[in-house]
Amino acid sequence: MHIKSKVVNGTLYVMLCGELDEHSSTHARISLDAAFDEKGFNQVIMDLSELDFMDSTGIGVFIGRYKRLKAKSIPIFITNPSSHAEKIFKMTGLYEIMPRIGG
Amino acid sequence: MKNNFMEVAFAAKSINEGFARVCVASFCLALNPSVDELTDIKTAVSEAVTNCVVHAYPKHEGTIKLRCELVGDQVKIEVSDEGIGIRDIEKAREPFFTTKPSEERSGMGFAVMESFMDSVKVEKNEGRGLKVTMVKRILPNLAMVGANA
Repeated sequence: MHIKSKVVNGTLYVMLCGELDEHSSTHARISLDAAFDEKGFNQVIMDLSELDFMDSTGIGVFIGRYKRLKAKSIPIFITNPSSHAEKIFKMTGLYEIMPRIGG
Repeated sequence: MKNNFMEVAFAAKSINEGFARVCVASFCLALNPSVDELTDIKTAVSEAVTNCVVHAYPKHEGTIKLRCELVGDQVKIEVSDEGIGIRDIEKAREPFFTTKPSEERSGMGFAVMESFMDSVKVEKNEGRGLKVTMVKRILPNLAMVGANA
């Protein structure tokens, strides 16, 4: 699991690459929080197109990041989920707190 | 005709979560599952193995046993440990229930298993620990059926 991020015009774009499970979750948390420490953005778009796998540990990671950013009133949006990620997001209601945008 | 089984035991370490997923997925290929079915199975295995890694052995590093059986068009997966077990299994299966909220655990492990597999049974392991048994039927691949016709 690795994370690429970049701020463009007030939006922090984050791309999650690889597999998000319990084993990679600590690294994912630390990397995401480091990306959130960047300045100059008022929303986050998480691109899941390179996320090859996630399970319920991933849900915990997403909810934790949501809470962190909610404290700063910064919304998170999800884009390009695989059909697998889509299934998990729908069944757990994650889209209610971080809506899907785009195609 | 397609009946087959495999058994493997490994250390209850998080690095083996990926190993368990790939191991079961490659074994199930004999049933010609779709990509979605295979991902469902990998996810359910990941949940069951993660439960053992996170909860079963708080004091020492134990062993996880994984058994996978192909019976007809069904795959049956057993994940068991010899750890501390779960006192209230029904409670543990409730969505969002977690004993470790401070670790950002979602409490959705069993709910994911139930949603991705046809049936999930959670019971005390013989002797000690917990055993999770999951079954999924692999639907016939229509393209393959067409090719044989």
